[in-house]
Amino acid sequence: MKFMLDTTDRRILRQLLADPSAANAALAERAGVTPASLWRRLERMREAGVLRGIQARIDWRAMGWEVEVSLRFTLDKTDPRAFDQFLAALREVPEVIEIQSFLGSVDWRASVIARDMAHWQQVYRDRILTLPHIAELDALMLVATIKDSGELAL
Amino acid sequence: MSGLDTTDLAILRVLAHDATTSAADVGRAVGIGQPAAWRRIRRLTEQGVIAGRRVVLDPAALGFGVTVFLGIKLAAKGRTGLEDFERAVTAIPEVQLVQHVLGQFDYRLRITARDISDFERILRRRIMTLPGVGQVEANVMLSEERRPGPLG
Repeated sequence: MKFMLDTTDRRILRQLLADPSAANAALAERAGVTPASLWRRLERMREAGVLRGIQARIDWRAMGWEVEVSLRFTLDKTDPRAFDQFLAALREVPEVIEIQSFLGSVDWRASVIARDMAHWQQVYRDRILTLPHIAELDALMLVATIKDSGELAL
Repeated sequence: MSGLDTTDLAILRVLAHDATTSAADVGRAVGIGQPAAWRRIRRLTEQGVIAGRRVVLDPAALGFGVTVFLGIKLAAKGRTGLEDFERAVTAIPEVQLVQHVLGQFDYRLRITARDISDFERILRRRIMTLPGVGQVEANVMLSEERRPGPLG
């Protein structure tokens, strides 16, 4: 059965998305519910899998990883095992922080980080260009993240 | 790594999985006491390594079945062009991510829509009407995973 959110659940999620670091008491007040009710509703949404989790956002630049690149891969699909083998190899690259697969002109995308340009060159040559079944590859170098919100028009 | 030791990295691993873990539980997970864990979490936050929290929802369960990544090339360059575009694009609620990039495109966007026709509406009414927008490439996401990266 599909989980149905009521207007109170939506209000809670909107407040949570707007300020994920807020204490439960503050969230409850903003959403107009008691802290006990907030906790109960969040638990219910967790159990239903609607709320998958609240994770710490790591700033890799603050940790000295200065370079972030979005790599877009098109695979050679003549080999039926290409997708699985490519994904397995990509997961082994420790500098990869995010992977998506697509329907479209691009098959896979990965966010890859490096300490500096010299390190990037090394990661790119030794770990990326050696991945199996790549037909095409292009790179977008991150200049700045202008917006990054989990915002949903709930 | 800006003076971070293996205990710091272990703490980041725990919090990157669940940011609501208490300092006592973080301490237990990495083998230190609650006060020491609390001090380290505070330092990592002050250093900006822990840069807030991310709420992870299941968009499909909430009625948002389609996530699309867009590559956008601006027709008009120059600094005012960038600023006008950025101001307008960040105001679109369906746009979750805006990154200024170098390469084949100038910006990459992540958009969450209810379905393909909802996405088409957003693309036509909101994206194609943005100031300075040129070539647009769209790729519909099938699956996604976050990796621990250098945290191992």
